[in-house]
Formats: sequence, C-alpha cells, structure tokens
Amino acid sequence: MSQHILDAAALNQDEALIPKSGWFEQSETLQKLRKNKKFPTIWCPGCGIGVVMGALIRAIDHLGLKNDDVALVAGIGCTARMPVYMDFNTLHTTHGRALAFATGLKIARPDMKVIAIMGDGDALAIGGNHFIHAARRNLGITALVVNNSIYGMTGGQYSPTTPLGKRATTAPYGNVEPPFPVCDLAIAAGATYVARSTVYHALELDKFLAEAIAKDGFSLVEAVSYCHTTYGRLNKLGTAADMMRALKDNSISRTAFDAMSPEQKADNTKIVRGKFVDIDRPQYTAIYANLITRVQGGEK
Amino acid sequence: MAVKLMQGNEAIAKGAVAAGCRFYAGYPITPSTEVAEVLSRELPKVGGKFIQMEDEIASMAAIIGARVGGLKSMTATSGPGFSLMQENIGYAAMTEVPCVIVNVQRLGPSTGQPTAASQGDVMQARWGTHGDHPIIVLSPISVRHSFDLTIKAFDFSEKYRTPVILLTDEIIGHMREPVELPDFKTVKIFEHSVTEKPADYKAYRNGPGDVPPMAAFGTGYRYHITGLFHDEVGFPTQRLDEIDPWLERVNTKLTNHMDEIALYEEDYEDGAKVALLSYGCSARTARHAMKLARAQGQKVDLLSLFTIWPFPEKQVEALGDKVDRIVVPEMNRGQLALEVERIVGRKKVRRVGLANGEMVTPQMVLEKMGG
Ligand code: SF4
Repeated sequence: MSQHILDAAALNQDEALIPKSGWFEQSETLQKLRKNKKFPTIWCPGCGIGVVMGALIRAIDHLGLKNDDVALVAGIGCTARMPVYMDFNTLHTTHGRALAFATGLKIARPDMKVIAIMGDGDALAIGGNHFIHAARRNLGITALVVNNSIYGMTGGQYSPTTPLGKRATTAPYGNVEPPFPVCDLAIAAGATYVARSTVYHALELDKFLAEAIAKDGFSLVEAVSYCHTTYGRLNKLGTAADMMRALKDNSISRTAFDAMSPEQKADNTKIVRGKFVDIDRPQYTAIYANLITRVQGGEK
Repeated sequence: MAVKLMQGNEAIAKGAVAAGCRFYAGYPITPSTEVAEVLSRELPKVGGKFIQMEDEIASMAAIIGARVGGLKSMTATSGPGFSLMQENIGYAAMTEVPCVIVNVQRLGPSTGQPTAASQGDVMQARWGTHGDHPIIVLSPISVRHSFDLTIKAFDFSEKYRTPVILLTDEIIGHMREPVELPDFKTVKIFEHSVTEKPADYKAYRNGPGDVPPMAAFGTGYRYHITGLFHDEVGFPTQRLDEIDPWLERVNTKLTNHMDEIALYEEDYEDGAKVALLSYGCSARTARHAMKLARAQGQKVDLLSLFTIWPFPEKQVEALGDKVDRIVVPEMNRGQLALEVERIVGRKKVRRVGLANGEMVTPQMVLEKMGG
C-alpha cells in the first residue's frame, strides 16, 4: 500500500477533515482542475510541486482569465506532469522542448496566455538553448521553472541547479559542477520579468505568477521547491515537512538582501526571494504583427 | 500565371503558400535554405509567420506548437538537421498533429558533403524516430512536381493527422526548370471540422472512422495532448484496453487508405520482361534509360514512385508478377531496393546504387537491364 493510501485512510477516520459535499463546485479555483481527470496526482505525497500548481491556479483565477484563453505547455519530468490536471489547453511535449513548442503556439495564437512549465533539468540542461533564445526574443510566454535541484522522475540524478558538493545518484561523492543561477540566466538572456520565491511562500508565488502572466513579454518565475524522496534522502535533509521548513529558514526577501553590507551579501548563502526585473521592451508577436502590416502595405 | 524559371526549393515554398501554410520554423542548412529564404519573404504577404529557430529540434517543436494553435505549418532541412528533428517527428506521429517536413537530401552520414546530392535518408525518413509509427513520405521528380507534392503533403497531413515528409534531394531542389504554377485559389486542402460539443470531444477517439477531427487550441475545445500513450481524450494511460485499440487505429490509418495515398506513375509496355523502378532525382535517370532502351527496340517498363512510405506494395507486387527483373537505381547503397526485394524477392531485383554524390547515369542502368 502506498504512503498516499495510508494517509487517505487516516483522513477518513477523522470526520471533521472530510470535505462536505459541493465543496468542489463551490470553489472557484478548484473549478480550474479537470473534473474528468483521475486524481490523485502522480506526485509523491508531500512533494512541493502541488503547491506550485495551486499557486498557478490562483494566479490565473486572480487575473480573471477564461480557461479557453490559457495554454499550458510542459516538457518532461515530475513538474511537467502538472498541466494534465488543469482544465486549460494543455500540451505535454518532449524533454526540454516546452519553450520551443510554446514559441510556435504563441506565434499562432498571440492572444492566448501561454505558460511553459518546466523543472530545472528540463528548462536548463536539455532545454537550456531554448530557454535563452525564448528570453532573447522576448516572446510573450511565462516560463515557470520549479527548481528542486535534482532529476526527480528518474530517481535523483544531479541537475544543472544541484549545489556544488551535494549528493545525487550520479554524484555519489558529491556534485563537482557549479549550479546555474536560474534568475540571473534569464536576466542576462533578456527576460522582461524575473522573480523567485519558494513553495513555503505560496502566496508570494501567487503574486509573482499573476504579475508574470500579465506581463506582455518573456517572464520567468523560479519556484524553489524540494524533492524529499531523492535529493532529501540522499543528502539527509529529513522529511518533506523538514525541507519545507528549511525553505522558510534558509531564504530571505530581496528587501532584506538589499539592506545587507557588501560583505554580508558576498557571504549570503540563503535563497533570495523577490522580483529582480520588471521592464518593458517590444514583445515578439507585436513586432511581427507590425512587420506583416508593413509588408502588406507594400513595403519591399 | 506566367511561365517562370524556378528552382525546386522555390517551388516547394510556393506550394506551401498555395496549400495554406501560414507558419514556418527552420534553421539554415545547405541545400534546403532557399525554402526558408523564400518563405521569410512570402509568408508575411499572406499574413503568415516565419521564424528562424535556434536549432532543428526547436524548429520541429515550433511547427507542431503552431499547428496545435491552428496554423498549417512546415519546416525544411537536410541530413544533419533531419536527424535532429526525429525526436519531435515521433511526437507529431504520436500526438497526430499534422505537419510537413521537407528534407532536401545531401550526402551523408554526418556533415558528409553538404553540396552533394543523395537519396541516403530513405530509411531514416521511415524509421528515423524511435518506435513503430505511421508516416507518409513523398518524393518529387521535377520542379513543378515539387510544387504539386508539397500541396499533397499538406493535404495528406491534415486528412490523416500525420507528419508528412517531402523527401527531395539536392538535384531536384537546386535544379531550375520553366514552370507555370496554377492559380493558388484553385488549390483544395482537407480542413478539419469538429461537430461535437466541447464536452463530448475526444481528440483521439477510435471511431467512427480512423482519423478523429482535430480541434485547435483556443477554440473552446480544451484537451490534453501528450507524447505518452494516451486514452481517447488524451490522458496518459497504461491500460491495455485503452492502448490497444489506439495502437491498431494509428498504425493502420495510412495503410488502410493506400488507394489514395500511393502516388506513382506507370509507363508499361505489353510483353516487357524488364522494369525500371525509381523515385526522386533517380527517377529521371530511369526515364532517360527507358527512352534509350526503347529507342534500341527493347521493351521496358517504368514505375516511378512518388509515395515511397508507406511503401506501395500493391503496385510493386503487380510489377513483380509482370516482369522477370526490376532495376532500381538510387543515390544510396540500395535502400528502397530493400523494400522492392521484400515484395518481389531478391532474385528479381538489380540494384544500381551510388552513394558518392554523383548521379546514377542512364548507362549504368542500361548495363544492369540485360537478361
Ligand atoms: S520524485 Fe521528487 S520531485 Fe518528483 S514527485 Fe516525488 S518528491 Fe516530487
């Protein structure tokens, strides 16, 4: 019996915890989940990815977007399984290619909100090239990168965001490669909105995601999560709850970071949460629409 | 339209516009680049969109994404780029998203000889991506034919919800011939129409018919598309009772319609005991050899295949029953000949393969024709 079923059995014993009938229909945000999809999710009980899904739904709900006008495009991995549970136009593609598929979709349908959902390996290793070029083009796509520093689905191999020295099944003596700073990479490549928070700070994620999706340009939200079943186990970081607590203890706001002295900043090892870029520059599909107008107007 | 001197690659680009292609994503590669150059100029004129992607993997992904968004789409490439596209060609086959991939074949393997012609990707076009999958591969023999088959490629890809590969080569692609193109308004392409209500829509239903209609994203039909094995509504599944009917449908949806999909030209003579069978640029060699042989009073049949995958087994089998020997010239070491051998038996087949960038000559074919 899986851990999940054990938990469900425990839940059933406590009448007070059982949702009353009609709870699904009454919840605006839950209406954005697929009614015909079999739940529970494929995720391990306690995984942080579900928190990100909740934040994404709340952000879309907050913006008042119609389900028809939203497309979720994902690659491969634990995070990339997210779209199937949500009642939007959902495209589950090949490993690393979410942004490349999203590029075609966004150009075909500039009016739609296209959100690419990727894990760290998906977005930055196999998909790294697509990531920087989508940002450079400033296509109006939101890239949501759930960063748990590991390949979860394949069982815990080191990823481009695994910290130096940490263990993975393919780094049994500790990782010898330095990690990519996801937000810095997006900023350098030209993203017009860049923000980071963690799955502990779910409401902050809601806000950043809403702003990112509203942005008419390439936006990136890095949602720092954890994988207790692989990374946590291999690095002796405790349970899901322990890892969630660690995100609270080991992160600081950008405001707090900005108030630090240069020496303190240099020594800082905590995750900095906040918005790093929010600028406007011409968005790709708008530029191309203008090109079509010029050409059809007779420009040679 | 007036008669114009035109390259094969240019004719492909014009055929795409005529077929209603409104999205192109590609990456520059010799000898296919003219297709991209012409479309970057032509597409905006008709409200279409062109993008040069960061690589061929992304190009293939982008054209699938654009078609999911409702635009007929295409990419063009050659050997090395075609290798990179295989991943997402498999995705298009799996998810049944129509798209057209032009491969202007050059000499391989690897970087090979970028400016030299070849027909070395015949097997890759069929089996390049992993797993059993349906695919249509068309091969033009002239500049005007490149235009016509591009239109066919779009028509088939829409009608059968499959990637279609236009497998041309450096010779047809760069050759210039005088052509007169038809009025684009006369071109008819299959259009999907979804009649079900969104709640009843099943993007992957296993009947009625073997090709369910495709709804574009953002039209009220919200559904899931995945490269995983999926059920009729597109959700991932591992249940054999859901997978098996789907597998059966997708893997027969083309072979069940070979009467329409098999495109070819027969030029047969009563009493001929030898036949020439070819495709693409080598079909021109075969035709030349046929003329020379007939001029010398020899009876000879000619079968030019324009559809090479699924392999037109019925036509080749009938030819095998009619003649004693079939000569198969091609610019590789005998790839399509393998299929001919499979159908008519090895003893009847004579390969004329050349894989050094030089065209097979009519003389080489004539030498193999003898009894
Ligand atoms: S393997 Fe890790 S990332 Fe994947 S669902 Fe389990 S906990 Fe989450």
